[in-house]
Amino acid sequence: MQEISLNILDIVQNSVRAGATLIEVELREDTDEDILSFSVKDNGCGMDSDMVARVMDPFVTTRTTRKVGMGISLLRSAAQATGGDVELTSEVGKGTFIEARFSYSHIDRQPLGDIAGTMTALISMNPEIDFCYRHTFNKRVFELSTKEMKDILGEVPLSDPTVAAWIKDYIDEGIANIYGGAE
Amino acid sequence: MKSLAELQALKQKAIENVNLRKEREDGTRVVVGMATCGIAAGARPVMTAFLEEINKRNLQNVVVEQTGCIGLCRLEPIVEIYAPGQDKVTYIKMTPEKVARIVSEHIVNGQVVSEYTIGSAGM
Ligand SMILES: Nc1ncnc2c1ncn2[C@@H]1O[C@H](COP(=O)(O)OP(=O)(O)OP(=O)(O)O)[C@@H](O)[C@H]1O
Ligand SMILES: [Mg+2]
Repeated sequence: MQEISLNILDIVQNSVRAGATLIEVELREDTDEDILSFSVKDNGCGMDSDMVARVMDPFVTTRTTRKVGMGISLLRSAAQATGGDVELTSEVGKGTFIEARFSYSHIDRQPLGDIAGTMTALISMNPEIDFCYRHTFNKRVFELSTKEMKDILGEVPLSDPTVAAWIKDYIDEGIANIYGGAE
Repeated sequence: MKSLAELQALKQKAIENVNLRKEREDGTRVVVGMATCGIAAGARPVMTAFLEEINKRNLQNVVVEQTGCIGLCRLEPIVEIYAPGQDKVTYIKMTPEKVARIVSEHIVNGQVVSEYTIGSAGM
């Protein structure tokens, strides 16, 4: 993947396929600790310990359209190339937690890329799923919960193109603010 | 600075669209393949471009959806369009640049952009 935000999009798709109704995405950038990490937590179908052990293997998939699952192993090699790694815990019927850590300053670390585009795509394509997004840059935080938005919007779905355009701008602005805005 | 209060105002505008959409069941569906293969090949900016173009033209009867792996990884990004009264049309190797033309020629005017379809790839 050319951007870490594309890995995030891909990893969250696993949660969507797992039937999650709540997906929490947390992204942490800490330049002092030299870490960029993200985690995805879902309440989907989960995996047994056997599956968790095998899932880092590129040849493991429950897909029927092709034999090779690539998402998690791609993410793992990207993280390891920077001296980081991926951790995965899961429980059948409860859900899954996956975290990827990258060294922030490592030359082989992909840029974060268009994370607002990723979150907007996820939210507008899956209006029935509740998303929480929390983004920390050093000590500054941007947070978003689609539950709040749904309460305001009522019968207007998050998939409405006008709403989607607004969400993208809202996230872009929130992130620009934690990168540069006033404390 | 944007705030959630703006959503309230947006809702008033969007609600008219929702009602319009309910009246016309004859909507078009744009389905973007968003499995790992699609994402790696550039599906996200294609999807964003569709949303933006539909919003810009204020098209009320078009929805953008995602699907998993269509099973043709080397032709990704793949977009399928289901227009009323038409067979499914599959566009391959999509880019954001191709989106405006597909929206205006195919979705608005019903003319399939043949050169971007799977048929033109000799398949
Ligand atoms: N959040 C999750 N909940 C439940 N099962 C999961 C989750 N994430 C991954 N899995 C399981 O692990 C398998 C491997 O995932 P991975 O993302 O590596 O490949 P894939 O999703 O099968 O295919 P690809 O990502 O290449 O489109 C999945 O097929 C699925 O069975
Ligand atoms: Mg996957």
